[in-house]
Amino acid sequence: MPQGIRDKVAILGMGCSKFGERWDAGPDDLMVEAYLEAMQDAGVEPTQLDAAWFSTHIDEIGSGKGGTPLSIALRLPNIAVTRVENFCASGSEAFRGAVYAVAAGAADIALAVGVEKLKDTGYGGLPVANPGTLNPQVMPNGSAPGNFAQLASAYRAKHGVSKDDLKRAIAHVSVKSHANGAKNPKAHLRKPITTEQALNAPMIAEPLGLFDCCGVSDGAAAAIVTTPEIARALGKKNLTMVKALQLSVSNGYESQYNGWDGSHFHTARIAAGKAYREAGVERPREQISMMEVHDCFSITELVTMEDLFISPEGQGWRDVLDGFYDADGGVPCQIDGGLKCFGHPIGASGLRMLYEMYLQLQGRAGERQLANPVLGMTHNLGGAPASNVCSVAIIGQEGA
Amino acid sequence: MAGIAAWGAYAPRLRLSRKAVTDANAWVAPNLKAKGKGERSMANWDEDALTMAVEAARDALGPDDDRSHIAALYFASTTAPFADRLNAGIVAGALILEKAIAASDVTGSQRCGLTALGQALAAGGTSLVVVGEHRKARAASTQELDFGDGAAAFVVSDDPGAAELLGRGSVTADFVDHFRGDDGGFDYYWEERWIRDEGVVKLVPQAIRNALEVAGLSAADIDYFCFPSTFSGMAATVARAVGIRPEAVRDNLAAVMGEAGCAHGPIMLAHALEDAKAGELILAAQFGQGAEALVFRATGAGQRPARGVTGSLAAREEEANYLKFLTFNGLIEWDKGMRAEKDNKTALTTLYRNEDMILGLVGGRCRETGVVQFPRTRISVAPNNPAVDTQEPYRFAERRASILSYSADYLTFSMAPPNHYGMVVFEGGGRIMMDITDVAPGDVETGLPVRMVFRIKEVDEKRGFVRYFWKAAPDRAVGQIAQAAE
Repeated sequence: MPQGIRDKVAILGMGCSKFGERWDAGPDDLMVEAYLEAMQDAGVEPTQLDAAWFSTHIDEIGSGKGGTPLSIALRLPNIAVTRVENFCASGSEAFRGAVYAVAAGAADIALAVGVEKLKDTGYGGLPVANPGTLNPQVMPNGSAPGNFAQLASAYRAKHGVSKDDLKRAIAHVSVKSHANGAKNPKAHLRKPITTEQALNAPMIAEPLGLFDCCGVSDGAAAAIVTTPEIARALGKKNLTMVKALQLSVSNGYESQYNGWDGSHFHTARIAAGKAYREAGVERPREQISMMEVHDCFSITELVTMEDLFISPEGQGWRDVLDGFYDADGGVPCQIDGGLKCFGHPIGASGLRMLYEMYLQLQGRAGERQLANPVLGMTHNLGGAPASNVCSVAIIGQEGA
Repeated sequence: MAGIAAWGAYAPRLRLSRKAVTDANAWVAPNLKAKGKGERSMANWDEDALTMAVEAARDALGPDDDRSHIAALYFASTTAPFADRLNAGIVAGALILEKAIAASDVTGSQRCGLTALGQALAAGGTSLVVVGEHRKARAASTQELDFGDGAAAFVVSDDPGAAELLGRGSVTADFVDHFRGDDGGFDYYWEERWIRDEGVVKLVPQAIRNALEVAGLSAADIDYFCFPSTFSGMAATVARAVGIRPEAVRDNLAAVMGEAGCAHGPIMLAHALEDAKAGELILAAQFGQGAEALVFRATGAGQRPARGVTGSLAAREEEANYLKFLTFNGLIEWDKGMRAEKDNKTALTTLYRNEDMILGLVGGRCRETGVVQFPRTRISVAPNNPAVDTQEPYRFAERRASILSYSADYLTFSMAPPNHYGMVVFEGGGRIMMDITDVAPGDVETGLPVRMVFRIKEVDEKRGFVRYFWKAAPDRAVGQIAQAAE
């Protein structure tokens, strides 16, 4: 195993726009909003930035292709800007690029910005798109909820969980995130909901109802990273360090080979295992202080609790119902509201997750602040259960 | 003498209640109230003349036939999806027939199904004749109630097989009882009394007499007389005119499926073959700018279809929603929502490059590991054994399969929401994420046995192109089978 990224890079500053239906803002405005906050937090000037990574998923309705949208919006000083795209895990890719550049010594200070402007389609939900010329001729005309909903049928079959029990468990996933999101002024959805509301909501893709689906939001998030030495030289104390960055990508095993049972994420287990090794985490259920996971749908979050080895396999739904992932539970999850309520501007989401972990580690999470967090984990997924990219990051206190 | 070696049939599962139609239209067409009895077969939105013909052909060939013995293919229909693209070529692709076959589309008249069969029998050799029909009719018309959707298929060979051809008779006259121009619109009919008295009664007997003369038979010898007509008592009138015994007149299935256009003579013939005993004589005729008549002697041998007409008629589900019928047939301008605005332009280069994958559902099997996969790729999917260039073509279409995971999706655009799709795992290996058709909410669960069906994937309305692919449909004949899982 390579040496890894642990403790080589520090987060100098972060920013995040208000997420939501930002009828007032285009992608440029959102990028600027996140960027200015991050720059102020970092306390650096644009001329101190050596390189930038820019993540956005849907270029047809958003900011367009290439690195220029970021460079122009932020008036960057003609530095390298690399656009990255990896489905809904694009934000984590921007962060990874910037962190690796610093770790490699190619940049002293690097910027990562993710943005998505989704609410310019004219309809709810994610924009429909044609992925190439072959896929539309053979793949079902599906949607994100329809693809993720399939986890539920396979999970029920594998673990012998009844439809009602699983529906109640995923309802609690959303109830918990709404309770958390209500405390987050930057969140898209800020109203608490009841279990009954979640259970009785209109069906989107069986068994996922409206409240089992995350917000479709506009937003941007940004991170500025550097070496711990430079961070200290700039006067930073209580550094938030990068402990692990892992990405696992499907190779067709799940979708083309009769091995995967459809009830979990093959890639998430690989990425999580590698991330724990990279960060030196041996007992994640005890050592991970808090998590932001890719709760695009409630069922995704539920099975992810097992894929990240926090809940034993087949027991995630019980931990959820027991409140283990609630704000006052053993491992608080989606403390900022998650994709569910903070919202899911695709290219920004990975950075938004890190933003909350960073705020918590810095003790700046306001009403949501947890007591003494040491390690925060993010899990950022792109694609669908049968074919996806899964990014897992761990950040934490110096010395953790 | 040449004959029919095997036959098959298909009627779509949905049966539209005629009463639902006449009740809905009573305000505008009270004269049709008396026709509000029985049911007609109704294609699902993703079925057309071609997909139904493929189903009938699969019934005729059976699941284990490698189909390499088929030397010629005839596809007959007056409602083929393409005016200039060999429809038979799509059928050949779906059935994975040899590339070196002769293939033709036979069309232009209601008798073209029997004409294609007659031509195949006359040409000699082993050929496959498939006939499918999916006629449109205006709302509140008589045709809407009379028509049905369906298909039949025959494997023809130089041996007598199941039924030996004894004689063929044709009459051609430009008698225009109805016509449909090239505008893709609706049939335009002349007066019924004239069609009956001047057309059917005068032209059909000539063809029948010609066929009987070739066969050296008298009309009274015929045991099964198959003659479709939407006019009541028409077959009996023709039988009387030529001397066929009244008890030989076959049920035209009007009450249970309606008349499937040019496929209906062939369907009635297939139905008679299912009942005929060795030595019995069958005469099938159909009217259309003259008439076509074929006389067969059943041998009692040959291959019986798994489904046939009998099985197709038994596999039914009543549809009482007339609006759904109108919607499926494009007779209603409905709000499909913005998600339906997705451009369904088909890359023809991609289609041809992946022809066996898309039309034939052919994947790959690794020569070294035996691992089966879809699609076929240069590097094998087998974990820890990514063998290179070891894949042989592997056919999935006739394999039994079951559902591993699924959802019923109300968000995505579908002609029949919710759109069902899921991961389908195959006995013998391989899996495909695919659409699930012919289901309603509550029908699907993990472990459900499914079979593959060739269906319309999408219609590119902007360019008039129809895209086909395979879907999973519940295999209602099979019980729960063990799911392949880790």
